[in-house]
Amino acid sequence: MTALLTVRDLDVNIGNVRVAAGLGFDLAAGERLAILGRNGTGKTTLLATLAGLRAPEAGALALCGESYEALGTRRAAQLRGLLPQGHIDAFQSTVLETALIGRHPHLGRWGWEGREDERLAREALAAVDLAGLGAREVHTLSGGERQRLAIAALLAQQPKLYLLDEPLAHLDLNHQVAILELLSRRTREDGVGIVMVLHDVNFALRYADRALLLFGEGRTQEGPVDAVLRAEALTRLFGHPLRERREGAARYFLPD
Amino acid sequence: MPTRRRALLVILLLALLGLASLIAALAAGSLPVAPAELAAALFGGGEGVAADVVRELRLPRALAAFACGALLALAGALMQVLLRNPLADPYVLGISGGASVGALAAMLFGLPLVFVHGGAFSGALAATLLVFGLARGDGSWTQTRLLLTGVIVAAGCGAAVALILSVAPERELRGMLFWLMGDLAHAGSAWPALAMLACGILATLPFARDLNLLARGDLAARALGVPVARLRAGVYLLASLATAAAVTTAGSVGFVGLIVPHLVRLAIGNDQRVLLPAAALAGGALLTLADTLARTLFGPQQLPVGVLTALIGVPVFLFLLTRSPKTS
Repeated sequence: MTALLTVRDLDVNIGNVRVAAGLGFDLAAGERLAILGRNGTGKTTLLATLAGLRAPEAGALALCGESYEALGTRRAAQLRGLLPQGHIDAFQSTVLETALIGRHPHLGRWGWEGREDERLAREALAAVDLAGLGAREVHTLSGGERQRLAIAALLAQQPKLYLLDEPLAHLDLNHQVAILELLSRRTREDGVGIVMVLHDVNFALRYADRALLLFGEGRTQEGPVDAVLRAEALTRLFGHPLRERREGAARYFLPD
Repeated sequence: MPTRRRALLVILLLALLGLASLIAALAAGSLPVAPAELAAALFGGGEGVAADVVRELRLPRALAAFACGALLALAGALMQVLLRNPLADPYVLGISGGASVGALAAMLFGLPLVFVHGGAFSGALAATLLVFGLARGDGSWTQTRLLLTGVIVAAGCGAAVALILSVAPERELRGMLFWLMGDLAHAGSAWPALAMLACGILATLPFARDLNLLARGDLAARALGVPVARLRAGVYLLASLATAAAVTTAGSVGFVGLIVPHLVRLAIGNDQRVLLPAAALAGGALLTLADTLARTLFGPQQLPVGVLTALIGVPVFLFLLTRSPKTS
């Protein structure tokens, strides 16, 4: 079976800053990859590159075995979804309308959202604990609710590959866990793949299968979480000492 | 979520309103025309003074007013999405400034009307291309950069207009002022504006859902498969052409492009698939009615229609501003 996402010899720069050099990995269906790194190391840029929205300096990307050029923008949008970091609401819009934007790549040029699209959007809203808020104005939502709405739009898009830029931003603890549980359930049951930028090492340890560390200046490390998420590497990554603790079989990290 | 059926209903209602405004424009004036006479003049080949007035004077002017109002409202709605700012209007990027300089320069040299129209259109296009070229300069085509470039070009055009007004001979001043405020008395043929309107509607409707996404940010739109760079360039050029066609026909009529999309948005939401055609119809109806008032209110003395749209527009706009604090 071809991997969902294939990355080969990828060089990514922002101006003169190197984000990744010669990066290569495969993400199979059902796998979750966490990207970790300090602020400004280029996690968002890397994610946009993986989404095919920004040309890499060098290297090749394949989504479901095909390059983004071969797929085209519409087919690519059916296969991979991106959760951006900020959400722009320049005009008034309801929660349901906002969730429905995820259906765009599945509709034809003259198509309108039908019953099935509305059902998918309402299901997605329910999945992120926003059921019954469909008629609310987006402006009236709290930051955390707005973030969950963006995730609902992504769920309604039904991509095979989810690229999430800080999916836990603005969420309270119970919703952080709920969203990570939801995403993990999708990987197990629907075989989707997930790449997410996380800042919480312990969530990465618990809810990711693999981890990609961005050390800056193009240096990266990618592999299974058990191998990559180690105290020395994380201490170097964040420039702050982290100590590993164990409780039974579970490992977790505490900053000094 | 507006369903397709509700969208069609809204558009049908507004089309009826537009039709009613056209009938009012044909019937009202210093020579009132009864409905039967009107029908005869339009369809029955009626004869006499009334039929001539309707066919030769009022019909071209009413159609020009309708087309210009529709073009301005359409351009306003497009600019608002493009700049992601509900306060943008068709003139915000200096288009009317360029048109004013072109038209007034033609008037300054006492050239015939066709040169005034030509000057307005070339001026509008020159300003458009200037803003487009400058804003694209470094490849980053952000709306802030576009907006700033447009505002600066508009300011430069304002200075040029002031210069022309100050050196213009006394007898040209009145015509210049009327042009600057918007006036349909010298509209000429309505067909270029109507043709532009048809092109504008036909070109935007297939991309209306893409525009909905454009309003939600470039990255989000691109991730959902919208070719943002091409769409933005297309929308910009189309809105500019629509504005240029309207300004060439009617002078710089204010507030239609700002107020109408706003009002329509309040009534039916921000789905561009409904908003764009609905705004065009409502804008057409508004300018047709405003122009009818402009020539009948103090008849036979005519007012520049732009004065009326501004007098209606300013209070409505201030009301909207105080009503909805979230405007940017």
